[in-house]
Amino acid sequence: MQLIFERSREGRRCAILPKSDVPVVALPADQLRSQAPKLPMVSEIDLSRHYTELEKHVHGVNDGFYPLGSCTMKYNPQINNEMASLPGFANIHPLQDESTMQGAMEMLYTAKEYLCEITGMDDMTFQPAAGAHGEFTGILMMKAYHHHRGDKHRTKIMIPDAAHGTNPATAAMAGYTVVTIPSDENGFVNLDKLREAVGPDTAGLMLTNPNTIGIFDPHICEITDIIHEAGGLCYYDGANLNAVMGVVRPGDMGFDVIHLNLHKSFSTPHGGGGPGSGPVGCKSILAPYLPKYNVVKDEDGTFRFDHAPHTIGMMRGFYGNSLVNVRALSYLLTLGNVGPRRVAENAVLNANYMKNRLAEKFDIAFPGICMHEFVITMSRVKKETGVSALDMAKGMLDYGIHPPTMYFPIMVDEALMVEPTETESKETMDEAVQIYLDLYEKAYSDPQVLKTAPHNTPIRRPDEVGAARNPKVRYLF
Amino acid sequence: MSYIPNTDLERKQMLDVVGIKHLDDLFTVVPQNLKVECLDLPEPMSELEVSKTLRAMAAKNKVYASIFRGAGAYQHYIPSIVKSVTSKETFVSAYTPYQAEISQGVLQSIFEYQTMISELTGMDASNASVYDGPSAAAEAMNMTRERNRNKVLVSAAAHPMAIESIATYFFGNEMEMELIPLKDGVTDMDALASMLNNNIAGVYLQHPNYFGLLEDAQKAGELAHSVGAKYVMSVNPIATSLMKTPREYGADVAVGDGQPLGMPLSFGGPYVGFMACTNAMLRKLPGRIVGETVDAEGSRAFVLTLQAREQHIRREKASSNICSNHALMAMVASVYMSAMGPHGMAEAAQLCYSKAHYAASKISKIPGFELQHKGDFFHEFVTKVPCDPRKVLDLLDKKDILGGLPVENGILWAVTEMNSKDQIDTLVNVLKEVSRSCN
Repeated sequence: MQLIFERSREGRRCAILPKSDVPVVALPADQLRSQAPKLPMVSEIDLSRHYTELEKHVHGVNDGFYPLGSCTMKYNPQINNEMASLPGFANIHPLQDESTMQGAMEMLYTAKEYLCEITGMDDMTFQPAAGAHGEFTGILMMKAYHHHRGDKHRTKIMIPDAAHGTNPATAAMAGYTVVTIPSDENGFVNLDKLREAVGPDTAGLMLTNPNTIGIFDPHICEITDIIHEAGGLCYYDGANLNAVMGVVRPGDMGFDVIHLNLHKSFSTPHGGGGPGSGPVGCKSILAPYLPKYNVVKDEDGTFRFDHAPHTIGMMRGFYGNSLVNVRALSYLLTLGNVGPRRVAENAVLNANYMKNRLAEKFDIAFPGICMHEFVITMSRVKKETGVSALDMAKGMLDYGIHPPTMYFPIMVDEALMVEPTETESKETMDEAVQIYLDLYEKAYSDPQVLKTAPHNTPIRRPDEVGAARNPKVRYLF
Repeated sequence: MSYIPNTDLERKQMLDVVGIKHLDDLFTVVPQNLKVECLDLPEPMSELEVSKTLRAMAAKNKVYASIFRGAGAYQHYIPSIVKSVTSKETFVSAYTPYQAEISQGVLQSIFEYQTMISELTGMDASNASVYDGPSAAAEAMNMTRERNRNKVLVSAAAHPMAIESIATYFFGNEMEMELIPLKDGVTDMDALASMLNNNIAGVYLQHPNYFGLLEDAQKAGELAHSVGAKYVMSVNPIATSLMKTPREYGADVAVGDGQPLGMPLSFGGPYVGFMACTNAMLRKLPGRIVGETVDAEGSRAFVLTLQAREQHIRREKASSNICSNHALMAMVASVYMSAMGPHGMAEAAQLCYSKAHYAASKISKIPGFELQHKGDFFHEFVTKVPCDPRKVLDLLDKKDILGGLPVENGILWAVTEMNSKDQIDTLVNVLKEVSRSCN
């Protein structure tokens, strides 16, 4: 494919802006750049065809099955996008007078009411732009809570070894020391190790439940009790909420602060990597530390932005990814009171169905009923055939389906993590299962084909080592 | 239930395969006393009801015909093709391009974005985007940290939300920030010189600054470098298409909010934060980066690269926790910059400059609305106000005009190519009325 810069022709352009209707005032010469930026010079048809071609080399949820574990690639309803493009949301300036954007504030407040009820939280900020940003927000609120109580010696955050990489990275950004808690043989938090690790220096715990191997930890209340008894707070990473919404609430499990990934559980699109939205909910003890611009409703029904008394401040500009939040509210209204549970049931049923069918050949890392996702280990197959999790994933590309998440969680050798989501039908999963089983056979009959896969994609395996060793991160004219 | 395709019959078939009778059996592991009885929420809505409900909310917001407010969110013309390209369902619904073989479209679009941002800022390298301008500012100041250098100096004329975001991030990483005082609306270079020492990690300057004024960006860079500190500049991407680049001013890191590049005002987001740096700083740059390589057959290919910086590999030693970025908004910026081209971007910048100066020359002649500062400005400026600014803004509101933002002792006005001469003249006439009624 040509780069847009290779389509560029000197003098070609689109006609977008009019001539000036006021006298032209020249910028002082010493303020001018010496050279114009080498931006593309293209006509509109070049631009249209360029992106049409790029689009053909992308796999979206609309293209086919996308069971990327821990990412919840559910379908993105069209009505949500239409609602987000309404001028009443899209064309309002964030610094307008509050009286002129009551509807936008009502949008946030309504989404807050729904999400607080679903998660068992008392209050919520929509400022965080993504899950990791939400984690950072929540952990800073915990830090502010401890500091405000004069409890500055709490410097450690407990994180299970199965956690997403964002959890330890977040704790470090917040100035905390990470204490890694090993999982037991069932993939649960090792309670003895947790008890040993906590103490007067414990600031809190970060936990995903169901955890990153797709298992609900039944000892959840013991875990949160251990942390609370040590004087710490419990942070819930909402990445896997899709499995349990409407079934059990983080607030009832003993969590004090949570983030949600609206681009996972609440159907807003992933956009090739973002923008997402990572609202943070909290129990009332942490509400005084919420970021600025928390939307509240007065008794007379008007909405206004409030600054919490001990606010941690701003995490970014303005109030969050508002148009993403409109999409999420559109979905929340669709779900209503019974929808969240239907989502969880079907997500979990789909995962268990696929897991049981695949268990015919593949080794499943953890036995028993899983939640919304499950982990295959390719360890035995690799020993027997040389075909790795990566090779298996690349083999799937030739069938036009997106592979599962590879090599995560890191505690499982040769992991493939499958999350079908509730928006996939039985026949889509049946087709995928057949492909997985065929590839399994292929690993034994013709491993070389998989080791050199993919064969039918726009490019073959890229040289990632070379890319990192000799970084070329921009086009050189 | 909407968006769940399976029928009761299929669910029954699937339960049989799993070997259980009821859906409830999937959740036996959840302690019974924790289970939710029923959520206290309204009944589910049909699509028609959702549409009506949200349209009613949207209708309660005022969309102004004429906007003279900026302060970090600017109304610019958005070429039609920007929306049509970036609303393609495949781009919208794809995830982070982990599987390069079926993600070349997203990866190439990010590579093109990185190139355009590098060109615009004059820097060597750009990441695939962060959340917005203020979060980019905070990440950039974090990049400047070195052993024995733990403190940064930030211009008090930076956007207040950028200053606040840096402060919040620093509450986390325990770096220190001090504000550089102002002199007539611009950063006081003498004060900066006196605040610098060998413990300063970085200096942050916004140019044009929050009040629209042009800073002595050259001087700030020289001063920062004189003590070995890194120089971080925040720029407006439209202005930079015409004005000296951060690189020309000696910046080590250039950041800014990409909202002016084709993003509607959007009640504050999503926008996009751009971050670009010199090669020397590349391995400290947070977030995704796309690199060019070759595939097994030697063809050009693009991949996520330099991942050893990132959280999923480095965990607590990562340069940042960022995972999701604002890829689709980066694509918006790319399509905008491609549709405008170098000439269109420069025209936009020139129109902003000319119209802002036309507006300022008219407004500042009205008694009570004199310019607050002496220095030259790009497309925003502060005037005095002869009475309570709310009175001015209410009067403008009645004419469907969103006036400037009240700031300390004045009003911060923004003028872009969207403001026609007629709109500006109407604004001036209203302000004349105000002036007369106040005196």
